[in-house]
Amino acid sequence: MNQVYKSLSIANPEPLNLSLAQKIYSAIGIIGLGILLIAATGLNLPNPSSCLFISLILISIGVIGFAYQTFKTQSPGIKNNGIWFSSAMSRGLMGWGLGIFITGFYVLLYWYPSVLGLGTDGNSNTGLISFFDPLSFLLKGSAASEWFVYGTLYTLAIIIFGIRFIWKYRHNKYQVLRTLSVMFFQLGFAFLIPEFMQKLNYPYNDMKNMWPLNYYFFDEWNIKSFLSTGNVGLLMLILGVAMIFVISPILTYLYGKRWYCSWVCGCGGLAETAGDPFRHLSDKSLKAWQFERWSIHLVLVFSFVMTAGVIFSFFHNNPTGYWLNKSTFMIIIAVLLIALIYAFSRPQLFKNKLDLKAIKIFISIAAASLVIMLINFFTGSGNAFFIDFYSLRSTYGFLIGAAFSGVVGVGFYPLMGSRVWCRFGCPMAGLLGIQQKIFSRFRITTNGNQCISCGNCSTYCEMGIDVRSYAQKGQDIIRASCVGCGVCAAVCPRGVLRLENGSKDIYEKGLDIRNDHVKLIG
Amino acid sequence: MHVVIIGNGISGITTARWLRKLGDAKITVISSESDYFFSRTALMYMYMGHMRLQDTQPYENWFWKKNRIELLNDHVTSIDFQSKTLGLQKSEDLSYDKLVLALGSKSNKFGWPGQDLNKVGGLYHLQDLVEMEKHSNNLKRAVIVGGGLIGIEMAEMFHSRHIPVTMLVRESNYWNNVLPEEEATIISNHIRSRNIDLRLNTNLKEIINDGEGNACGVITAETEEKINCGYVGLTAGVSPNIGWLKDSELNTNRGIVVNKYLQTNIDGVYAIGDCAELSEPIKGRRPIEAVWYTGRMMGETAAYNIMDHKVAYDPGIWFNSAKFIDIEYQVYGDVLAHPPENHNSLFWQDNSGEKSVRIVYDRDNLWVKGFNLLGIRYRHEVCEKWIKQKTSIEDVLINLKLAHFDPEFYETYEQEIINTYNRTSNRTLKSNGASGLNKVLQFLNA
Repeated sequence: MNQVYKSLSIANPEPLNLSLAQKIYSAIGIIGLGILLIAATGLNLPNPSSCLFISLILISIGVIGFAYQTFKTQSPGIKNNGIWFSSAMSRGLMGWGLGIFITGFYVLLYWYPSVLGLGTDGNSNTGLISFFDPLSFLLKGSAASEWFVYGTLYTLAIIIFGIRFIWKYRHNKYQVLRTLSVMFFQLGFAFLIPEFMQKLNYPYNDMKNMWPLNYYFFDEWNIKSFLSTGNVGLLMLILGVAMIFVISPILTYLYGKRWYCSWVCGCGGLAETAGDPFRHLSDKSLKAWQFERWSIHLVLVFSFVMTAGVIFSFFHNNPTGYWLNKSTFMIIIAVLLIALIYAFSRPQLFKNKLDLKAIKIFISIAAASLVIMLINFFTGSGNAFFIDFYSLRSTYGFLIGAAFSGVVGVGFYPLMGSRVWCRFGCPMAGLLGIQQKIFSRFRITTNGNQCISCGNCSTYCEMGIDVRSYAQKGQDIIRASCVGCGVCAAVCPRGVLRLENGSKDIYEKGLDIRNDHVKLIG
Repeated sequence: MHVVIIGNGISGITTARWLRKLGDAKITVISSESDYFFSRTALMYMYMGHMRLQDTQPYENWFWKKNRIELLNDHVTSIDFQSKTLGLQKSEDLSYDKLVLALGSKSNKFGWPGQDLNKVGGLYHLQDLVEMEKHSNNLKRAVIVGGGLIGIEMAEMFHSRHIPVTMLVRESNYWNNVLPEEEATIISNHIRSRNIDLRLNTNLKEIINDGEGNACGVITAETEEKINCGYVGLTAGVSPNIGWLKDSELNTNRGIVVNKYLQTNIDGVYAIGDCAELSEPIKGRRPIEAVWYTGRMMGETAAYNIMDHKVAYDPGIWFNSAKFIDIEYQVYGDVLAHPPENHNSLFWQDNSGEKSVRIVYDRDNLWVKGFNLLGIRYRHEVCEKWIKQKTSIEDVLINLKLAHFDPEFYETYEQEIINTYNRTSNRTLKSNGASGLNKVLQFLNA
């Protein structure tokens, strides 16, 4: 029997042969990437601005051309042919190599930008970063930073792999529109608008990047930069706060967290486009789900505590003359926590929505925070939770902002699937997930008894949700983590799944096992 | 009580799961096909590289121990119904109190010369897949004998590896013993558009031996044409896998004969799934239905009966689904290839020619009988309710949006379908605007 398993799961029965055209496009892309690597070594290329332009164009032609060659020979439809036979897409040598390469890039980017050529102490850039200077001058009139290089490559990746994704799912209008949307938000909101705004001396602000994903939103320097730029800055600040507390909960109520995670968000955008070839590598086991629930909510609590502390310290350092000050802020937080404890202690509010264990955990965390906060406040330490907030803030930035979201979140695409960060770490996803679970109208409905338990839905769920376990029981799927990418519904060979919004019977349909046959016939 | 289940497919495993839900019996499931339950319908996706074997297993490996369901990888060689003992290939004899036979099917062979050569195989068991895999390297052409659902799956599998395929189909149109002519034509055209060499009205005469016991080609019956190939797929249907029980005291016909409680003629022995033949089939249904869904329903029903909750097997309104390469297929209710006189049908097809909706209704009282869908998804529960409640075709058409199950932003065709009806029946019906999940749930709960 072991022989059978081996031949089906490990052996590559027939290497995927690349067509001549695919080989040519691969070569073009590799040459483009090669130019970037040469620039990174610090060699002086002739006419750097044309070289940069040529390099980015070659990479784009390589990726788009390769995708076109791959999918043009296939009729529109789900064609995941050979994915598990491919070394790059099934954690083979290519996959590991790619993972190490991307991880390495992120390590340099976050902690050793000088290796990439960032000029320090007033020196001009060298290497890879100086290679991007001409483009940076063109867009915002100053030299490139490592973040400009990163933003450019990131945006380029979403655009070219987005085109690949659209071509792959060209038969599916939901997928096409969703991908156009993430491409638009990345190019416009995350890349061009902030760069132009900066050129016009307005704050650099990606308006769709909300707190808590944008963990520096409430930082002193960020608030000050909003407040120092007049009405436009103030408007941005107000919009940012409204996004968090008003716009986002309403949209999540109406459509589920997908409106953000798979239609707008930049991290989600990269995962859905460049990460698509790796989506099936997410872990579907129960253990992974149990781990995920802890890790994502711990990060969420971490981000709450860190932010509350940062704001408290802001007021501590900048005593304001009017009503909003250190004490009123503390009272607001205390009232919020008490309201939270009160709400969670009424389980009937959350009947069928959260399990008792989750409710207990919420109550304990809120109560503990309240106690610690009050002790600190009355001892007048200037801290809110015993800890110095700026060191907590920098720990968060290092661990979560850089190591988790970047190095692990993207670097591990070829090893753990495309949504590692969104699933295990993103506080925004955690927050929207709780909203989705408690009050959203969104769910994935199961079509009667038509499921054949084949496993395509679970396999291609980037969030590692075992979709099949619900579908084969005839249950609707209401999961905090679901980002509504719609791929489960697309790959289902029997048309069993549909993403839907409706306020009726959400939790009843989620619990009801409609495939219990004997119950149905009475 | 020790219940032994032979076969770990959907039927046997559903029985095991329900036995555990209903009580505390000792449960053993025996299979020589695989260590763990996997979805047979997903065999093709393993070959195509969409999934690995473990991805097709609906339960994680710890599930069985946690639910105290013992899995035994062994082959049952004999059954002594008197002493209630099973003879096994690898382990000691095993005794049981109740026995469930969930033996599945085997691929049909109709006595063709060469049918037992190497490089000839069906597609039913995991081992069939291993055989296909073994012979796929450098395969220049495969010939598939038989239309049907497995034949087209096999064609798609080879096609996904760029292996040219010839399909020999006995009928005058693909699967037109089940599909009405228009749908059969859509699928035949679809197969051809994927460059699969579809030969209709063609029977197999013999499979050619290369002299070393391997198949190297086939000869067709009608034209005596020789087609060279390196693999021959036999997909001319399946039949109950009960050959080895034919001479026992078990009452068998084409399958193992069972009553409506799924009991065989021997006390305490049940048969379910593909291998069971109902002595009194439900009106309008076949005595053997080798379908995933009926296997699952039988598995559950058998568990109740074993635990002394007597429940008659009742599969309800017929439904089924499939995917013909890129065209999804769903059917609800009675849609027959050769309908009786009182069945009228409304047939609509879109411009691409690859989407169609057929609604069958009674000529006299207009009650809706069935839905046949290609390339369009309809809601199972809504269609079922319409059929059960003998809703008039006109009410169905007006409310057709309730059945809509295609993804968001997809084009909708309700009014076009109604217009087709209006033209032939001289009516001026209009689609009721009601759509969306809230309306659907309102309808279902009403």
